[in-house]
Amino acid sequence: MVLKKITHLLFFVCIFTIFASCKQEKYNTTRVDASLVSIDRSIKEDTSITAFITPFKTAVDKEMDSVLAYAPTSISKNDSRYNTAIGNMMADAVFELVNPVFKARTGYTFNAVILNHGGIRAPLNKGDVTTGTAYELMPFENEVVVVELSGFQMKELFQYLAKGKAHPISNLQVILGEDGSLKKGLIQGHEIIDNETYFIATSDYLQKGGDNMTFLSKPVSLLTLDYKIRNVLIDYFKKYDTIAPVRDNRFIKE
Amino acid sequence: MKRRHFIKQTAAAGSLIGLGGIAMSTTSLVPKKHITILHTNDVHSHIEPFAANDPKYANQGGVARRLTLINSVRKENPNVLLLDAGDIFQGTPYFNFYGGELEFKLMSMLGYDAATIGNHDFDNGVGGLAQQMPHASFELLSANYDFTNTIMEGLTKSYRVFVKDGIRIGVFGIGIQLEGLVNKRQFKETKHLDPIELTDDMTRILKEEEACDLIICLSHLGYDYSNKERISDLKLAAATKDIDLIIGGHTHTFLDKPTITQNKEGNIVLVNQVGWGGIHVGRVDFHLDPIKGTEHTSTFYNI
Repeated sequence: MVLKKITHLLFFVCIFTIFASCKQEKYNTTRVDASLVSIDRSIKEDTSITAFITPFKTAVDKEMDSVLAYAPTSISKNDSRYNTAIGNMMADAVFELVNPVFKARTGYTFNAVILNHGGIRAPLNKGDVTTGTAYELMPFENEVVVVELSGFQMKELFQYLAKGKAHPISNLQVILGEDGSLKKGLIQGHEIIDNETYFIATSDYLQKGGDNMTFLSKPVSLLTLDYKIRNVLIDYFKKYDTIAPVRDNRFIKE
Repeated sequence: MKRRHFIKQTAAAGSLIGLGGIAMSTTSLVPKKHITILHTNDVHSHIEPFAANDPKYANQGGVARRLTLINSVRKENPNVLLLDAGDIFQGTPYFNFYGGELEFKLMSMLGYDAATIGNHDFDNGVGGLAQQMPHASFELLSANYDFTNTIMEGLTKSYRVFVKDGIRIGVFGIGIQLEGLVNKRQFKETKHLDPIELTDDMTRILKEEEACDLIICLSHLGYDYSNKERISDLKLAAATKDIDLIIGGHTHTFLDKPTITQNKEGNIVLVNQVGWGGIHVGRVDFHLDPIKGTEHTSTFYNI
């Protein structure tokens, strides 16, 4: 009798095991709930994470807060029309600091620089100029590229600038007539010659069609320099003690 | 205000039909299951909370707080899957200084199960991404980036099946077209394959070969575009089948609840995205019942 019971039990255990091992239990979703959890001050920080981050944070803050130069006044991209002190500084910094790199690579110097007004992401505030300032001005990773443009493409560039936005330029001069039309477009003081080509430094963002600067999209030749615009600014701030660029007559309306 | 949706599902217990009554009696022994999905997208190196003077998100976000939240959810339900939809990198100096090492290490400490690849995760090139892979204890999933002949070759998977409390959850990754978004010098020989075609492959494998109970797509395509030709999460949801949840990214879309939409067979797909910068975590709870015989069950979307 007892033996029979055990056999019975074993039988059921076996059956159960067979089912459990071949599994393939199928499931259907019967209910779905959803919520959005905000991560805010009501949630305590996990101390193991905070402790892990701290040494990195200290190093980053130290670097970001390191003073590179001094700005006697605050300047912003909305200070003036056509050309601004901050835009002139950025374009001139590219001309001054990137040209030696380009020359070392190619044997040539580039003729001029064009950046975009929208690419100036913050004002330069009066006081200490730090590495962090360069990150604020240029948070993106864009880098300098040099395009070789035909005379025709250069004329398109001037027509584009004639629309009147204060895009940062260096070694270009744009004069608009009283009616706002393009009166004069000069590169390093010279008129554009149709069958000449020109080397223009710009950002990879604009070269790839950013801000509709389509005259940069199909250059005669293109060289990327692995020099980020932010690093150009950092190097510029390291080079000069005082950062006090000015508005000038590189882009004016009569 | 809560919208309540009752959706009839026609899914039958295919593999158990032949077992008839025995299946009935065994399933009654199987308890109900509860799977919690937690997800982020486009965290963009926001390791610390946003600064107190941030005009929009002052004092919000932060990885240390995120872990506290995740731990509290895990305490409530151990069957949690923690996922990210890409653009882990770029946005604070932490990325510029450490190249993504911190982001990957922290995600590993938080116990992320899987993430997909966003366009900004290529910002230091395929090489820069490959360099950080040793710091990731989670899976990097991408079904439609073909990394053949790049340094990333073999470092990602198309999909992964996670088993939580006996529930098989298939997760796969879908990435955005790189041309025009990322410099060719960064993505090198990486090929971007058609999102819909590869999703069809993934859902077939996960449904038929892997017998998954839930299928989740981690997508960096973007939620929706005014150009309706452009592939997006909503388009992907409508053009495919068998996906339960698309966790999206790229467009930094703040959805306060998942969008309920239909796939090409008329079944429900949820599409979710929780902004960016780690200021929110999305949570979706799936409650599953064992299928009894050929019984039709319905799903209650309490969303």
